[in-house]
Amino acid sequence: MSGPRRAFWAVLILIALGLPFIDRNSAHISAYVDTGYIVLLALGLNIIVGYTGLLALGFAAFYAVGAYTYAFFASPQFGMHVSFWLMLAGGGAVSALFGVLLGAPTLRLRGDYLAIVTLGFGEIVPQLLQNLDKYTGGPDGIASIDQPRLFGFSFGFNPVPYYYVCLAVLAISLWLLNNLRHSRLGRAWMAIREDELAAAHMGINTTATKLLAFAMGSAFAGLAGVLLAGKYGAVSPSGFDFNTSIMILAAIVLGGMGNLTGVFVGGIIIGLLNSLLLPQASNLMHALGRFTHIPVLQAVDLNQYRFMVYGGILVLVMLFRPEGLIPSATRRAELRVQHHDAVVTGAGAEHMAAQEPVV
Amino acid sequence: MHQFLQQLINGIALGGVYALIALGYTMVYGIIELINFAHGDVYTLGTYFSLTILALIPLSTITSGPELALVAVAVILLAALLCGIVGVLIERLAYRRLRNAPRLAPLITAIGVSLILENIMQIWKGTSEVPFPQFLPDRWHTVAGVRFDDRSLLVVGISLFFMIALNLFVFRTRLGAAMRATAQDRDAAQLMGINVNSTIAWTFFIGSALAGVAGFVSGLYYGTTFFLNGYQAGLKAFTAAVLGGIGNITGAMLGGFVIGIVEAMTSQYISDQWTSVVVFSILILILVFRPSGLLGEQAPEKV
Repeated sequence: MSGPRRAFWAVLILIALGLPFIDRNSAHISAYVDTGYIVLLALGLNIIVGYTGLLALGFAAFYAVGAYTYAFFASPQFGMHVSFWLMLAGGGAVSALFGVLLGAPTLRLRGDYLAIVTLGFGEIVPQLLQNLDKYTGGPDGIASIDQPRLFGFSFGFNPVPYYYVCLAVLAISLWLLNNLRHSRLGRAWMAIREDELAAAHMGINTTATKLLAFAMGSAFAGLAGVLLAGKYGAVSPSGFDFNTSIMILAAIVLGGMGNLTGVFVGGIIIGLLNSLLLPQASNLMHALGRFTHIPVLQAVDLNQYRFMVYGGILVLVMLFRPEGLIPSATRRAELRVQHHDAVVTGAGAEHMAAQEPVV
Repeated sequence: MHQFLQQLINGIALGGVYALIALGYTMVYGIIELINFAHGDVYTLGTYFSLTILALIPLSTITSGPELALVAVAVILLAALLCGIVGVLIERLAYRRLRNAPRLAPLITAIGVSLILENIMQIWKGTSEVPFPQFLPDRWHTVAGVRFDDRSLLVVGISLFFMIALNLFVFRTRLGAAMRATAQDRDAAQLMGINVNSTIAWTFFIGSALAGVAGFVSGLYYGTTFFLNGYQAGLKAFTAAVLGGIGNITGAMLGGFVIGIVEAMTSQYISDQWTSVVVFSILILILVFRPSGLLGEQAPEKV
């Protein structure tokens, strides 16, 4: 790591560790924790979309699988009370299993068909959670889920312990992903993204490698799901709909698909926007409205423009900076529009990308 | 048996709406290989345009049959025109720049456009259900024990009319030939003197206009709508397009009716709340086992 980079991360870690002491408002800390979950989800989706180049749209389904796995194993629902720490691994594993189950038959599909299949899966999972009410509690979901305990101390509803747990999970994930990126597996993922045919000819088992991407990406979502269920003590299907999937996609698109730093920053921006900035900005507008006696400002609810913001991010980034705010150099070369006579097919476009010098 | 026939009628009416939407998906996919995610929202926009136009007409003063028919035709055409313009604008502003980009890019853009349209409709009419003016007399018919009203007849009639018109257009006119040529090979079409940009714009116009017609028809049929309607309906219509073989116009119509009937039967014989699960399971199964659909050609991925 170069000097400035090292300094950047050092400052970041210091801020992250000290944040609950700087900002003592527990609602804010809770929002930071939720932001952390979104970063974790973004890191997972980045393995699938950013590294391997497979567009998966129903990612929130795996988030739901993780959350409900913990809810099943640690609540009065089935009378089981497995430890939270064990279930962190368990929820991740179950989500990974679902990733493989969905991925195995579908990964040979063309890019946009895969997007639709995962989207269909993302629609089916919340519907199942809603309809199978004997097991899942239906639309109300499952409540009184066990809260994590550590050395006999229950976390309760104070967000600070959740903050540090989330921080630890994020730190380990980042370290792991950073190493993974340069490993044999990481390079295989990117080779598939750049040219699947060439990758196969280089001796990469593309099916197994793509499946592994699906499994690992989903495992991150499962992990985030367990953390979420533990923090709120309740789960319901409504938190895992298409909009959640799109929010995560917006995070990695904004930050820069395929680049760890970019995705991390994108996740933080979208997460803070979602859980802190939009509600806060509304309050600010209301205050301004009361001050200036403009009734429109007093009544404005910026939360209802949330999806305009996400949609706008997706469109504007794709049109003007497809590589995201903090891109990886390779991904930028691929995602830039190739100015060449019209060739439409995906394979054709990838072919042209391969001809461009990749810096 | 009687229940079955009743649901068959409902399914065909529902299928007419899906078929009209599916046509737009299939035409756009056929020509630029883009899953136009925003298409379902253009359909809901069609319902919103229709009910806004209807609110401007003093409906209570119009009672004679021919006049009502005239109102219906005028509203359909106007809603179709407005949706067509929206479709062309979306293509021009959001998709055209990305025509040669990797396929991921326009697909993500399309999702973004869909969110923006949904948010616009949410702000326009709020998040609750929006009623659609019922301006037709409530007339029911009973044939062989099966009850249906004028609206179901109208829904099926209008859908069939536009499908036949579209078929004639695509297979009998110069612009239709240009569309088919552009879909086959854009470079070659350009070399033959076809204006590819305007042909693609027309494809968006026609596809979106048909979504506008579907929007009117479904408003009339259900009597209500809301801003997120287009998301699920669009996904189901996309399932119809895939089922029929994406890019295939006849296939999209067939797929639309199949999905409509499947949905009606599911709600009759299983339960209302399982319709989405059944339809999306069909989507996944078709894509996995027969991605070319019922009528599509087996097209191996070009390398």
